[in-house]
Amino acid sequence: MDTKFAFGKTNEVNSLMEKRRRNGLVWHLVFILSTSLAILFLILLLFSILDSVFGYTALRDTVSPTVLVPGKDHVKEFTREELERVVTEKLSSGILRRIESEKSISEHSDKELVSLIEQYIVKPKVLKTWGFTDSLFHASEVEAFVAGEEDSYALFRSWIHPSFFVGDQSSDPLHAGIRTALLGSLWIMLITFMFAFPIGVGAAIYLQEYAVDNRLNRVLQLNIFNLSAVPSIIYGLLGLAVFVRSMESVTSGSLFTSLTDNTANGRTILSGGLTLALLVLPIIIINTQEALKAVPDSLRMSSYGIGATKWQTIWYQVLPVSVDRILTGTILALSRALGETAPLVVIGASTFISVDPSGIFSKFTTLPIQIYQWSARPQGAYRNIAAAAIVSLLILLLVMNSAAIYTRDKISKKKRLES
Amino acid sequence: MSSTSYAQVVSADQANNYKETVIELKDVNIRYGSFLAVKDASLSIYQKHVTAFIGPSGCGKSTVLRSINRMNDMIPGSTLKGQVLFNGHDLYEPQVDAVLVRRKIGMVFQKPNPFPKSIYENIAWGARINGFKGDYDELVETSLKGAALWDEVKDKLKQNALRLSGGQQQRLCIARAIAVQPEIILMDEPASALDPIATGRIEELILELKNDYTIIIVTHNMGQASRVSDYTAFFMVDEKRTGYLQEYAQTEQLFLNPQHKKTEEYISGKFG
Amino acid sequence: MITALPHPFGRKVRPHERIIETILFLFALLSIFITVGIGVILVKESYLFFKDPAVDFWGFVTGKEWQPMIERFGFLPLLNATFTTSIIAMVLGIPLGLFVAIYLAEYASDKARGILKPVLEVLAGIPTIVYGYFALTFMTPLLRSLFGEDMVEIYNTASAGLVIGILVLPMIATMAEDAIAAVPKELRLAAYALGGTKIETTFKVVIPAALSGLSATFLLALSRAIGETMIVALAAGAGPNLTSNPFKAAETITGYIVRISGGDVSYNSVDYNSIFALGLVLFLITLTLNLISRTISNRFHQEYD
Repeated sequence: MDTKFAFGKTNEVNSLMEKRRRNGLVWHLVFILSTSLAILFLILLLFSILDSVFGYTALRDTVSPTVLVPGKDHVKEFTREELERVVTEKLSSGILRRIESEKSISEHSDKELVSLIEQYIVKPKVLKTWGFTDSLFHASEVEAFVAGEEDSYALFRSWIHPSFFVGDQSSDPLHAGIRTALLGSLWIMLITFMFAFPIGVGAAIYLQEYAVDNRLNRVLQLNIFNLSAVPSIIYGLLGLAVFVRSMESVTSGSLFTSLTDNTANGRTILSGGLTLALLVLPIIIINTQEALKAVPDSLRMSSYGIGATKWQTIWYQVLPVSVDRILTGTILALSRALGETAPLVVIGASTFISVDPSGIFSKFTTLPIQIYQWSARPQGAYRNIAAAAIVSLLILLLVMNSAAIYTRDKISKKKRLES
Repeated sequence: MSSTSYAQVVSADQANNYKETVIELKDVNIRYGSFLAVKDASLSIYQKHVTAFIGPSGCGKSTVLRSINRMNDMIPGSTLKGQVLFNGHDLYEPQVDAVLVRRKIGMVFQKPNPFPKSIYENIAWGARINGFKGDYDELVETSLKGAALWDEVKDKLKQNALRLSGGQQQRLCIARAIAVQPEIILMDEPASALDPIATGRIEELILELKNDYTIIIVTHNMGQASRVSDYTAFFMVDEKRTGYLQEYAQTEQLFLNPQHKKTEEYISGKFG
Repeated sequence: MITALPHPFGRKVRPHERIIETILFLFALLSIFITVGIGVILVKESYLFFKDPAVDFWGFVTGKEWQPMIERFGFLPLLNATFTTSIIAMVLGIPLGLFVAIYLAEYASDKARGILKPVLEVLAGIPTIVYGYFALTFMTPLLRSLFGEDMVEIYNTASAGLVIGILVLPMIATMAEDAIAAVPKELRLAAYALGGTKIETTFKVVIPAALSGLSATFLLALSRAIGETMIVALAAGAGPNLTSNPFKAAETITGYIVRISGGDVSYNSVDYNSIFALGLVLFLITLTLNLISRTISNRFHQEYD
């Protein structure tokens, strides 16, 4: 049957096969390498953040503890009597008055007095920071540095600690806290949810359950897809022009209260929340549509079959079945809003505010913006607290995503038990 | 009647043909994971004859077919015990390269699956990756003629293959298979997705192809089996859903004088 | 048909059904208003920008300098920096993303998928500001130690571009995998039956068949890279700079917008209007890419669904 047998003799065929096999192996290796690189990127990312959170810090006290109470190197060693004495004598009068207006010195706990003395009197200044790996493997460098700088000492500390979460904003990295930013983020997420959830789910219900496949609805669908792919900074520009500027009377609250505050402007939580609501709206719509699509048509048919109306079918049959996926998707959309920075910078989140947000007409800052500001400053210690803030953000995101998955699992389990 | 005249042609043909075994299955047992899909299948396939595998659904006829060109390897967890000999060589020995096997033993599938490329490229691709050094234009023409498709497409070789009709696509898949010059062509219900006219043309084609190639065809259409095949293997399934070879004989013999009760029942349509 | 007599199954009037439907329709219509709003705002403020005597349209489009102080408003430096970072991002992201997708679709065992898919999901869920931090604190020092501190500035577009590539990698990998998996199994079987090896089948049959789906993915990723803000804001540089050297600092369109709006801007200044003009440019570019991507993607799904 060897007519026109132009595929080569056996040894040619075999060597060709070898070449083809080798080619396949090389590419297989390329694929595995690419995959390993992707995993490596994640590891490097997390590592570089964690590395800055723990490590040695070289400090120099402005006023050393031994000056305050001779013989004692650490404020923690002071007796209660010494603590109160140092506070009343050495604290500047302005600060002393402010503190006593909240509660008298004797009502403060030891720990609080220690922290006051450290923050306002001893005032350690950061000279240099080292990352975790540096601290482990190049400890000699740390020692050499401390030896070279007079009056300095090095502490191995973590930049993330309980008072980091509840502390005020501060220009001193040692005492900076993310409470204000955290509250800002939470307030914004609340506003975003309040607007985006009902509108998004409602729009999705319309598109999926009511809309016929005509021109208008195809345009609506395409439009939503486009909106979901618009860069987030554009939403910031939209929010700036519409909410902050045009609707200033509403968003600054001057319409609703007789605000005589001259600094009232539209750069408020309400504006921020509305802007992000617009941003996550397409995501919620698309996600809800998917959840509704997954509901089998037979369910709707059987509901109509017993004479239920469309809305009754949707409210009593379709939604209960799809609520877990809708909620999961919404939580994920909100976690996206949590991480957004650019739109809020554009609409004018405050760069430094000292008061916590008290309502929707307050000025605000958010956790990602705080990270942005700290990351942008070249002084070493800011890098560390930026990393600490990132860890906080990631933990918060992890909690939200876990809540999403938990919600989905719990509700779908409940559904299975009931059916 | 046309069916008897085909059968007469076939058996007359056979009497003059020297019968050489090209594929031999010896005690073949195929498992998917722990499930035994086919047990103790033994039969011989004769060169340049058409052999049909028939039987109810789930009887393992497609599984056995796929084991001959090692396409079962694609299914995770599939194992084969026993021997599948191709010209005396066991195809399941560890040093056998399945890729080379498939060049020698080609396959046509139930649903026509041409590549989303031009008609020319569909045929040339298989040859190219197998290192064909001859004239590609000639190869394409010869293959299309061999599949009785040349006249219909010779002016539109660059056209996308997906624009052909279902029957034309299937003939293209046959042309594609013969372009790599196999010895055996396996066909898994090649006409079941086609209309009756296209089916007829495929059956005519099979009768021409057997002059050059050994053909094994799986079909659920008994009329088709009796029309085109020289030998027929009837597979059955037992209570444990394992398939086995019930009866194997020359086609005329099997249809006119079946040895087993089950064969007779299947042929007369008592179950499907 | 409906008779005049009261019929036991006659149509009951349910006004609240119609009200609900109308409300939901309005919600859906809101999305159109958002798009219209974006368009109107951007165009209106851009118009004010170009109306300003200090600005002329051709100077904007062709000018190589952006110095508001001396009334030069050429946006080429910003466009160029955006272009540079995006291209670098694609050079890293597309091959890697594609290879990861092929691995996931054709080669990976269930165990491997079980590790890889969560990794990609985590990478995709990390906020871009974190990537920006990574660019500044890891990528830039890395580049500086590899290529020397004289060659690589502290702020540079290469660092930002590479990290944007890492940012879009999960997106490319996931969407490309979907496109590859959508190619019907029968095509692969046909190729194997002709004696093709796995890699030949993948590259010469599967990938070409998935090409439109893959193209849609790449366009969408490019659009994402162009619109990225925080990574470039932190790592690429603050100040327009027309240069072809990726190791130098340069500001992108998005970086500029975020810098100006984050500062003190009065509402009717040229600076304020300029961020909208640039926003319009950004919007038009990404819109075009997104629409082309969607068109290609629709054609792809028509073929295989």
